[in-house]
Amino acid sequence: MSEITLNGITKRYGDGFEAVRDMDLEIEDGEFMILVGPSGCGKSTALRMIAGLEDITEGELRIGDTVVNQIAPRDRDIAMVFQNYALYPHMSVRENMAFPLKLAGVDQGTIDSKIADVAKVLDLEPHLDRKPANLSGGQRQRVAMGRAIVRDPKAFLMDEPLSNLDAKLRVQMRTEVARLQSELGTTTVYVTHDQTEAMTLGDRVAVMRAGVLQQVGSPADLYGNPKNLFVAGFIGSPAMNFMPGRIAGGKVSLPFGEVSAPESARDGDERQVIAGLRPESFEDVSLVREERDRGVTFTAKLDLVESMGSEKYAYFALGSEGVHSEELEELAADAGLDDVPGGGDQVVARLDAASGLKRGDEAELWVDTSRLHLFDPESGQSLTSG
Amino acid sequence: MERGTREYTLWSIGILIVLFFALMPVLWIISLSLKTPATITEGTTFWDRFIPQDITFENYESLFTGGLSESPFIAPLINSILIAIIATTIAIVLAAFAAYAIARLDFPGKALILAGALAIAMFPAISTVGPLFDMWRTLGLYDTYPGLIIPYLTFSLPLAIYTLVAFFREIPWDLEHAAQVDGATPYQAFRKVIIPLAAPGVFTAAILVFIFAWNDFLFAISLTSSDASRTVPAALAFFTGESQFTQPTGNIAAAAVIVTVPIIIFVLLFQRRIVSGLTAGAVKG
Repeated sequence: MSEITLNGITKRYGDGFEAVRDMDLEIEDGEFMILVGPSGCGKSTALRMIAGLEDITEGELRIGDTVVNQIAPRDRDIAMVFQNYALYPHMSVRENMAFPLKLAGVDQGTIDSKIADVAKVLDLEPHLDRKPANLSGGQRQRVAMGRAIVRDPKAFLMDEPLSNLDAKLRVQMRTEVARLQSELGTTTVYVTHDQTEAMTLGDRVAVMRAGVLQQVGSPADLYGNPKNLFVAGFIGSPAMNFMPGRIAGGKVSLPFGEVSAPESARDGDERQVIAGLRPESFEDVSLVREERDRGVTFTAKLDLVESMGSEKYAYFALGSEGVHSEELEELAADAGLDDVPGGGDQVVARLDAASGLKRGDEAELWVDTSRLHLFDPESGQSLTSG
Repeated sequence: MERGTREYTLWSIGILIVLFFALMPVLWIISLSLKTPATITEGTTFWDRFIPQDITFENYESLFTGGLSESPFIAPLINSILIAIIATTIAIVLAAFAAYAIARLDFPGKALILAGALAIAMFPAISTVGPLFDMWRTLGLYDTYPGLIIPYLTFSLPLAIYTLVAFFREIPWDLEHAAQVDGATPYQAFRKVIIPLAAPGVFTAAILVFIFAWNDFLFAISLTSSDASRTVPAALAFFTGESQFTQPTGNIAAAAVIVTVPIIIFVLLFQRRIVSGLTAGAVKG
């Protein structure tokens, strides 16, 4: 069995900085687990601790039933794919893939047959005798994966393997990776900063921030029931819109109207909350029929309408003073924006492509408030998701 | 194109002139080595003196007559070859380990070690000769192979270490991590992944150490007294001529030519290795 269990794993450096803090995670046998988060959140450090390339300061790491904290990388029976592939430049593709097998003392016949199998699966047969320098990025990436696959290890550890590829190739390789993993059935831990990759590839996704695990769950789970402001704003593109709200007497007042508060947030005194609504909760009123009662209609002047062909994104302001929170600022910093995504005054709504709305229109919009998320402004914790 | 060929010829002529100027001493020595003792100083014009009138190989022959015991040259030549090769091998091995540690690890005293190595390299070698003479005589290392190899190591290691540190730094750390995860012990990772990639650096350092040991005159003349360990540069000083008053110029020139040739071959061979760009373009994955 090759489950990987992290128990209270902490990585503390000499100067006191904690890259990973008290992380508990159970990765099941054969699972595709994704570690995702902004730069510096500790996901790569966590991966390297699983690999044995970093020492674990506190906590227990198990692979299968064995505690492996003190075991060297070479004895953990795991294979790693690095961000820059780390192919041995002086060896041919064949020799690169044979290297781990030779070190393990496997006989030449088995080595040859294993390499032949893997080369076939990865479509590397014509390149076996070439050197990495003569290969394209995508081919090098496949060689790196091939080197990991030939070993038939207990687990694959992948550190942002697709981030050095161009966008189109990345999409292509994403499906390749997913297909390979489901065929081989090997436990895989995959680190990425791209939430799209996380959502499309993983059986389960673990969101990290500043060394702390925020939430673990299936992509649908993270999308529909984010536990806190950070996860809500990180997962989903375009990001969730955040706006200030006020709960009083079983109702939530939002900038565009009042709605009844969800069950879980009804009790308690009157207080401020941060409300979150995903862009797809909005719609052009003229295109809404049966669901009208579920939501609220309001008018807004559209600052911008982007037509993507399959849908339209409308940007408008709510006339509120915006929302401020530490988590939202970090999300903005990670996305390279000056302002918080959706936390300022601006809202982005996803409208059906059939909508005829244009920039500058005084649009009547409808929002599905049954999909409202509420968060506590201080702690960032969700008041609506368990 | 006329313009092209004219430029080409002008450049060729220019380069030939510079080459001739630079190689003049070497060519002169070759010409000296081919002259008979009587005609060494003959000739009035430059070309008469440069091109030997009677070409003779007797200078080369007389170096090797008498075999190992009688010939003034064979024993020193063997000494030179063995001492230089041994010193180079030991220096490269030690420098490789030291440079690896310095390039990869952060340990207390690292800056001190590097500064110390630099200081040793800059130290005037001649000031160590007197004390070494005394020490070696006491220790019984005088006129022995180790007696020369140890000072050679001392003064060439810093240079070798610095060269190798620069090369090791160029190799991305991820390659060693990949090797570790693939199942290699640190030593295996070093031997199978790092050394082949640092080969250009290793050859550069090897050439530098070899040339230093091969050409050294100071230690060779001070720390040896017989053919037991005297190397060629020192042995040249003891060549005897036809009489007490004549210099065996022809012999010395012939010996110098024989001693220079290996270096030239060495450098030509390894120069290709260094320039081959073993890691060019392949290092990022």
